[in-house]
Amino acid sequence: MALLLIVLLPVLGALFTGAFAGNNARLNSLIAMLAPLVSLALALSLLPAILQGELVLAHWQWLPRLDLALSLRMDGLAMLFALLIIAMGLLVLLYGHFYFSGKPKDNQRFNGLLLLFMTAMLGIVTSENLLLMLVFWEMTSLVSFLLIGFKADQRAARRGARMTLVITGGGGLALLAGMVLIGQIIGSYQLSDVLASGDQIRQHSHYPLILLLVLLGAMTKSAQFPFHFWLPHAMTAPTPVSAYLHSATMVKAGIFLLARFHPVLAETDLWLYSVSTVGMATLLTGAFVAMFKHDIKGLLAYSTISHLGLITLLLGMGTRMGLIVGLFHLLNHAMFKAPLFMMAGIVEKATGSRDMQLINGLWRYMPYLMVLTGICAAAMAGLPLLNGFLSKKMFFAETLQSPFTGVLGWLTPTLAAVAGLLSVAYSVRIFHNVFFNGLPRDLPVFPPRPPARGILIPVTVLTLACIVVGLVPQYVVHTLLQQAAHAALGAPLPAYNLGLLHRFNLPFLMSALALTGGLVMYLYRRQLFAIYDRMPEVDAKENFEWLMLRAGNFAERQVHRLENGSLQRYGALLVATCLVLAGSALTGLTTWGGGVTTPADPVTVLAAVILMAAAVAAVVIHRQRLLALLLIGTCGLFVTLLFARFSAPDLALTQLSVEVMAVIIMMLALSFLPQTSPRESSSLRRLRDLILAVATGSGVAVLAYTVMTRPAQSISGFFLDNSLTGGGGSNVVNVILVDFRGFDTLGEITVLAIAAMAVFALTRNLQLKERVTRESGSYWASEPHPVILRMIARPVLPVALMVAGYIFLRGHNLPGGGFIAGLVASVALSLQYMAGGLVWAHQRMLTAFRPLIGAGLLLALATGLGSLAFGAPFLSSWFNHYHLPLLGEVELATALLFDLGVFMTVVGATLLILANLGNLMTLDGPGKEIG
Amino acid sequence: MELLMAITIGVLTACGIYLILRARTFPVVLGLTLLSHGVNLFLFSMGRLTLAAPAVLGDSSHHADPLPQALVLTAIVIGFAMTAFVVVLALRAAVELRSDHVDGADPDEDLR
Repeated sequence: MALLLIVLLPVLGALFTGAFAGNNARLNSLIAMLAPLVSLALALSLLPAILQGELVLAHWQWLPRLDLALSLRMDGLAMLFALLIIAMGLLVLLYGHFYFSGKPKDNQRFNGLLLLFMTAMLGIVTSENLLLMLVFWEMTSLVSFLLIGFKADQRAARRGARMTLVITGGGGLALLAGMVLIGQIIGSYQLSDVLASGDQIRQHSHYPLILLLVLLGAMTKSAQFPFHFWLPHAMTAPTPVSAYLHSATMVKAGIFLLARFHPVLAETDLWLYSVSTVGMATLLTGAFVAMFKHDIKGLLAYSTISHLGLITLLLGMGTRMGLIVGLFHLLNHAMFKAPLFMMAGIVEKATGSRDMQLINGLWRYMPYLMVLTGICAAAMAGLPLLNGFLSKKMFFAETLQSPFTGVLGWLTPTLAAVAGLLSVAYSVRIFHNVFFNGLPRDLPVFPPRPPARGILIPVTVLTLACIVVGLVPQYVVHTLLQQAAHAALGAPLPAYNLGLLHRFNLPFLMSALALTGGLVMYLYRRQLFAIYDRMPEVDAKENFEWLMLRAGNFAERQVHRLENGSLQRYGALLVATCLVLAGSALTGLTTWGGGVTTPADPVTVLAAVILMAAAVAAVVIHRQRLLALLLIGTCGLFVTLLFARFSAPDLALTQLSVEVMAVIIMMLALSFLPQTSPRESSSLRRLRDLILAVATGSGVAVLAYTVMTRPAQSISGFFLDNSLTGGGGSNVVNVILVDFRGFDTLGEITVLAIAAMAVFALTRNLQLKERVTRESGSYWASEPHPVILRMIARPVLPVALMVAGYIFLRGHNLPGGGFIAGLVASVALSLQYMAGGLVWAHQRMLTAFRPLIGAGLLLALATGLGSLAFGAPFLSSWFNHYHLPLLGEVELATALLFDLGVFMTVVGATLLILANLGNLMTLDGPGKEIG
Repeated sequence: MELLMAITIGVLTACGIYLILRARTFPVVLGLTLLSHGVNLFLFSMGRLTLAAPAVLGDSSHHADPLPQALVLTAIVIGFAMTAFVVVLALRAAVELRSDHVDGADPDEDLR
C-alpha cells in the first residue's frame, strides 16, 4: 500500500491543488509540495529495508486477461530513482513557485502538470509489470508534451512540444513492441520473471529485434544520437520544466530502462557495440555543439545530451563497475545540472534574455548566484573535491579498462578525454561568460532585477549536495548506489572504494589534461566561434517540420480522395464494402436450398407481389414525393399483413399502428419540404446506385432464402417451456419482452425516450421560414379540419382508449402488451389532433408528455429494482392468481407494472414527437413548445 | 413460400438502398423506411415461416419462434423513433441550410 501511495500521492496532490487552492498561489504551492513530501517520507521509511537488500513488492489485479497487473516493486534501483524524482520534484516545485510569481494561473497549471509527471515517472521506476511500465512511459510523453508546450500561444513552444511527442512517442511504440516480444517469449509480463530469464531471451532468435526495439525506446527518451535533436527544441518549455524533465528525470528514463534491463539484454557483443557506439557519438556531439551555443539553455541542453551519452557509454560497456559509475554520474548530473538550469531561469527573469553574447559581467548584480553557479559549473567540469570529479574520474578509469581490444582499446579513452576537455570548455564558458567577460550589452532589462531570495533556496540546496557528495561520497550515496547497482545487475558487485578516488593515478592525469585543454580551448573561443559559424548549419527543426508537413499533406490528400464531404459517396462506399465483405462470405455456400418448405397460397403471393410492386413504384416515382409516401404507406400495410399471415399477431398490431404514426409524421414534414425532388443525378450515377442496390438486394435475398430453408435450431424452446411457469404468461412474445429480456426492453424504451427528447430539442426554436405556397400545394386541402372527421373523431376516442386498455391488460396472455397498447392509444389521440387541431386538442387533454416519459421510465426501472428488495435478480417478475368476486380468476404480475411503464413511455414519446412537429405547422407559426 | 419471402425481402432492401443513395433528404427518409421493412422481415424470417401457430401457449402444439418476434417488435418501435428523428433532422437542415440536399447546399453532385 505504501508503494501505491508513493506513486499516486503526487497526482492526488494535483487534484487537491485544483480543488482547494483556487487562485491563491502560496496555498496552491504548499498543497502541491505537501503530497510529494508525504511520498518522500513513505519512500524513506522503506529505505532501511532496501539498504538491507530487500525487495518490496505490491500486487493488485487490473486486467488479468491482458496480463496487465497493477504491481509495483521497490528495490535499490527503483529507490535511487524514486528519491531522485521526488526530491528534485520538490525543489523544482519550490523554484517554480518563485519563477511563476505574479502568475497564479500559470503556477497552478505548472504545479498540477508537474505532479502528474512525477506520478508518471515514479510509476516507470516502480513498475513490476512491463505493460504497466509502458502505460506510465506513455504518460510521461504526454505530460511532457503539455509541459513543453506550456506557453501554447507561442509557435516555437508548440513545435518543440510536437517534435518531442513524435520522437518520444514513436520510441514508446517501439518499446511497446519490444516489451510484447519479451512477454511472448517468457510468457509473463512480470519483471521478476523477465529478469530471471535473461539467458532465454539472449539465446532467442528474436534477441536482436528486441534489443533494437528496446534501445529505440530508451534512446529516443534519453535524447541519444541521432535522436538528440528534440532536446534543444524542448527548451521552449519554462525553465523549471527544463530543470526537472530535461536534466533530472525524464531524459533519465531511458537510462533507467537500460539499467533495469541490464540482466536481460546486456552482456552480449551486440549490446556492447550498439549501446557504447551510440553513447560515444552522443557524448562527443553534445559536448562539441554545447561549446558553441550562445543561448544558456541551449548550451545546457547540449551538455545534458553529452552527459547522457556518457552514462549510456558506461552502461554500454556492460561491465559491472561501468554500471555503478553510470548510476553515480546520473545522480551527480542531476545535482549539478538542475541548479544550472535554475540559474538560467533566474538570469532570464532578471535580464530578459538568455543570449550569452549580451549577458556578461553579472557578478556585480548577483554575486551569490555567481558563487553557486561557479561551484556547479566546476562540478560539471570535473574539478576535484566535487561530485562530478569523482564520477568523471571513475569514467576515465572505466574507459581504460574497457572490454574493447585493438584500435578501440585506446581510441575509447582518448575520445573520452577529448569529451572531457570539451565539457571543461563549456563549463568554463557558462560560468565566465555569464558572470564576467566584460560588461552587459544591450540587455532588454537593465540594470538586472535582483532575484527573489526564495528562488535561490533550491539552487543552494543542490549546490551543497554537490559539495557533500564530492567530499564524503562513502557516507552519503555509497550504500544506496551499491544496492541500486546490485538490483540492476542481479549479481554480486566488485569491490571498490569511492573514498580512494581523490588519489593521483592515470585517470587523474586524464582529468588534469582535460582541465588544461578545456581552459586553453576557452581562451581561444573567439577564433573557434568564427570557424564554427562558417560550418554548414543543420537546422533539425526545419528539417523535421518539413518532414512532418510532407507527411501531413500526403495523409490529407489520401483522406480527401476517400472522404470528400459527399454523403452519397459515403453511402455508396458503405454499401459496397458490406457487399464485398458479406458477398465473399456467401461464396462459401455450396447449396442454396436446405429442404424446409412451406406451401404457397395465392392470397399470400398476391400480397407479396403488391408489396414489391408498391416498393418498386415508390422508387420509380420518388420525385413525386407525396405519391411516393403513399406507396410507402402501402408497403407498411402489406408488411403488416405478412406478419399476420406468418403467425406474428403482436408484430402485425405494432406495425399497423406504427405505420399510421410514421406516415402522419412524414406527411407533416412534407408540407414544409419541396413537393418534388429535382432530377440531378447523372445516368451514370443512377446506374451505379442501381447496380449496388440490386446486388445488395440479391445478396440479402439469397441469404434469407438459405437460412429459411434450413432446419431451425433455436434457443426459443426455453422460452416456450418456461413462459407460463416462470413468467406467468402464455403470450411468449410479451413474456420475453417484459420478463426474460426485460433489461433489453428497458434499454429500448430509453432509446425511444431519447429520440423523442431529441425531436423535442430540435423542433424547439425551429423557425420554419418557407411554407408551401397554395399554388404548389395543390395536394393539400384548404379546409384544415374537415367537419365529418371532427364529428367521427370524438366518439372514436373513448372506444379506442378502451381497446388500448383491453390490449394492454390481456397482453401477458394474448397478443398485445405495453408497446402495442401505447401505440393504439397514441393513434387515437393523434386522430383528435387531426380532427380538431392542436389548440382544440390541447384545451381538452393533458400535455405533460415529458413527465409522462420520465414517469414511465422510472416505473419500469422501479419495478426492476423492486425485485432486488425481495432478493431476486434485477427485473425478476412475480405473479399469482386471485379469485375476485364478479371478475373471476385474475392474475396479477409485477410484469404488468413494468409493461405499464413501457405503455407510458410509448404514449409520451410518440405524442411528444407528433405534437411538437404539429406545433411547427400551426398557421400562425410555431407556438410555445409542447410537452 | 420461402422463395417468395426471400424475394420480397430482397426487393425491399434494394429499393431502400437505391433511395438512400439519392441526393435529397426526403427520398432518403423513405428509403430508410423501406430498408427497415426489409430488415425487419429478414430478422423475422430467421425464425422460419410458420403458418397459423402464434407463439401463444395453449392454442396448438407447435408455435412460431417467439424470439425473433420479440426482437422485431422493439425494432419496429425504435425504427419509428428513428424515422421521426431523421424527419425532424431533415426539416431542421432544410430550414437552416436553405436546401434539402443531403450535403447541405451543393446541387452539383456529379463534380464530386
